[in-house]
Amino acid sequence: MVDLITNFLTADIRTATPLILAALGLVFSERAGIVNIGTEGVMLTGALLGCVGSSIWDSSFAGALLAIAGGAVLGFIFAFFTVSLRSNQIVVGAAFNIFAGGFTITLNRLLLNGEKVVGFSNYPIPILSKIPILGDVFFNWSIPVYLTFIAVPLCWFVLLKTNIGLKVRAVGENPKACDTVGINVFRTRYGAIIFSGMMAGFAGSFVSMGQLSSFTEGMVAGKGFMAMAVCVFGNYSPISVMLAGLLFGAADALKYRLLTTSIGGYYQFLNMLPYLITIIALCAFAKRTNKPAGSGITYRKE
Amino acid sequence: MTENILEMKNITKRFASVIANEDVNLIIKKGEVHALLGENGAGKSTLMNCLYGMYDSYEGEIYFDGQLVNIQGSKNAIALGIGMVHQHFMLIPALTVIENVVLGLKENKKVLDLDSAAKKFTELGKKYNMEIDPWIKVEQLSVGQQQRLEILKALYRDAKLLILDEPTAVLTPGEVDGLFDMMTALTSEGHTVIFISHKLNEIMRICDRCTVLRLGKVAATVEISDVKNRQELAALMVGREVELTTQKAPADLRGEKLVVKDLCCNNDRGIPALKNVSLEIQSGEILGICGVDGNGQSELVQCITGLRESTTGQILINGHDSTKFNPRQVLKQGVSHIPEDRHKFGMVGAMEIDENMSLISYKETLYSIKGILKWNWIRKHSQKVCEDYNVKTPNVRELANNLSGGNQQKFVVGRELERDPGVLIAVHPSRGLDIGATKYIQSQIVKQRDNGTAVMMVSTELDELIELSDRILVMFEGEVMGIVDQKDATRETLGPLMAGVTE
Repeated sequence: MVDLITNFLTADIRTATPLILAALGLVFSERAGIVNIGTEGVMLTGALLGCVGSSIWDSSFAGALLAIAGGAVLGFIFAFFTVSLRSNQIVVGAAFNIFAGGFTITLNRLLLNGEKVVGFSNYPIPILSKIPILGDVFFNWSIPVYLTFIAVPLCWFVLLKTNIGLKVRAVGENPKACDTVGINVFRTRYGAIIFSGMMAGFAGSFVSMGQLSSFTEGMVAGKGFMAMAVCVFGNYSPISVMLAGLLFGAADALKYRLLTTSIGGYYQFLNMLPYLITIIALCAFAKRTNKPAGSGITYRKE
Repeated sequence: MTENILEMKNITKRFASVIANEDVNLIIKKGEVHALLGENGAGKSTLMNCLYGMYDSYEGEIYFDGQLVNIQGSKNAIALGIGMVHQHFMLIPALTVIENVVLGLKENKKVLDLDSAAKKFTELGKKYNMEIDPWIKVEQLSVGQQQRLEILKALYRDAKLLILDEPTAVLTPGEVDGLFDMMTALTSEGHTVIFISHKLNEIMRICDRCTVLRLGKVAATVEISDVKNRQELAALMVGREVELTTQKAPADLRGEKLVVKDLCCNNDRGIPALKNVSLEIQSGEILGICGVDGNGQSELVQCITGLRESTTGQILINGHDSTKFNPRQVLKQGVSHIPEDRHKFGMVGAMEIDENMSLISYKETLYSIKGILKWNWIRKHSQKVCEDYNVKTPNVRELANNLSGGNQQKFVVGRELERDPGVLIAVHPSRGLDIGATKYIQSQIVKQRDNGTAVMMVSTELDELIELSDRILVMFEGEVMGIVDQKDATRETLGPLMAGVTE
């Protein structure tokens, strides 16, 4: 029984980590008024670049840095199209996803071909990791997992207590009003989108190097979209996003648990479970929202 | 000795091929209330937006406090001590009051110190007798409070020169008094106020001097003490003598046309917007609907025209129960509707004038036979409406968007009146029109009434309502506060009702 619980919770946290990472980034870009459905593609690129970096320098840390840098570049391009050129955010996001699909396959076949690379290894925290159950669940993880859960309160603080956070929240609500008080709307939105790209890239590198340490084509498999759902379900607020991510992770962990039971034969149905929970959760909490008023609308200075 | 806080010299501002301001000179003395008067499109807002740095470029020179300055963005303007309260408030409803106040301040530290900001803000509010709780969200504030917040926000940034763009448009008469008291308090402390308005009596009441803009140029700058009456200012604004009152014979009532009984409905957010509204309008009378924007007037109009479902109550048009009618059925009853927002509801901007003409009547035999539109007739007819209602357009194949706002409105009014309606619902019929066009449309509405149309006129302009209506119904928070006969209707009798006060 103890093993069962430990396994379930660790599976939960492992699935939730990339979702929370990407969703934290999305909290900033969404709050700044940008709908970034390209996150899926950025995560996929991050997953590939992570492995590429790790393969070249034999270091998962270098891989993660490459993934983050790739995410930043993609974020910059996304911002250039949607903020400077005022293109439709959904169309550009969709283009990103299609591009990433082909780009990662090509690069994978050229460079990796499913090569095993150095993945993120676990760093158990001394003493704490020896506590029964809790030790394994909370204190025996790789660096990205620790960082994710440190990032949650950090993002909350930045978003709600700092000058930058206030600007991000304000430009998403009413960019014109920000202009009248002298805020550079474009720069703020660029910053939020690039940050969101970096987080998505990092999240992608965890997808490929968190457990498997190799890249498979299309391996992100909707996690970017789930991160968007986590962001919305978490009401665009970091703490709730963490809870939402853990709930979705739990749904995923439950799926694996059920696969081994007598209803495991219906695995297509079980695969649907996390998404079903997503939809139900979104419907149930549709009303309570911090969704910014200027969401998805490009800003044109007179 | 008075010195000039602001001198704008030879300001010219072009948008592509259009010249919005041409060679404008404006001198503002320290400590005065200076009115900027002009019709819609005369260039008042453009000039002030140049001053506030909302555009990338302008031609001419601006001297502030005697120094030549180059304003390249609102940041510069704020740093100089210029504050602007825009007509549409630049507040963020989802943020708290204090967050709105400190937003964008250059002295903000990386981690915000909202507590001490709130302390400073509260002290400032106390000083001007308009305290606002710094910790509530702006969406919880009334419109009047939001305006005070905008003013405090500018003062918090140490504004010496305050620009108020049509500040009274959204206020009840009582709130206007409060605003004027505050303007007096500010100028007595050495602040300077630029007051943008087209309401002549307000300018006569509060301002020291007035600069009149006409077609982007300065028509005159006058001392208000030298101005004899409103007519004189109106003539300066329009460029010719104008009759400010509309003549109208006593109402000739010919039986009930539109009856509303105990009507209730919800607004878009599901909150009750109308609470047991009852009214009746007779053939041959104008019922004015008075109230500050957002007190249920829009919802009432939407219920009557079939655009919104009522929860309880009844609507009778020509004696038929039309409570559940859809818009087409309502139109069939001979109802015409001049909607509040002509862009959203009155016309399709990306379509031509003649196409817009046929939007309502396309099914009628004059317009089409078996679904094939009779364009020759439609164009001829559109041409006639444009001539009758003085719509300036090169031809009827012009896109509606290419017409000026006033001409768009005249076209919508023309299309609706031309149907010879039994019931006319006119919402802000003169919004965005110059004095000449306003008077013309008002006289057309009176003509309809004399022909036996039951007219319901929604407006936020008290003067217009008092002048045209036979009776005025005052709404506050979705309730009917009272119905006042024209002979008893004054600012003093209507003002308290608009604020929800009944004896």
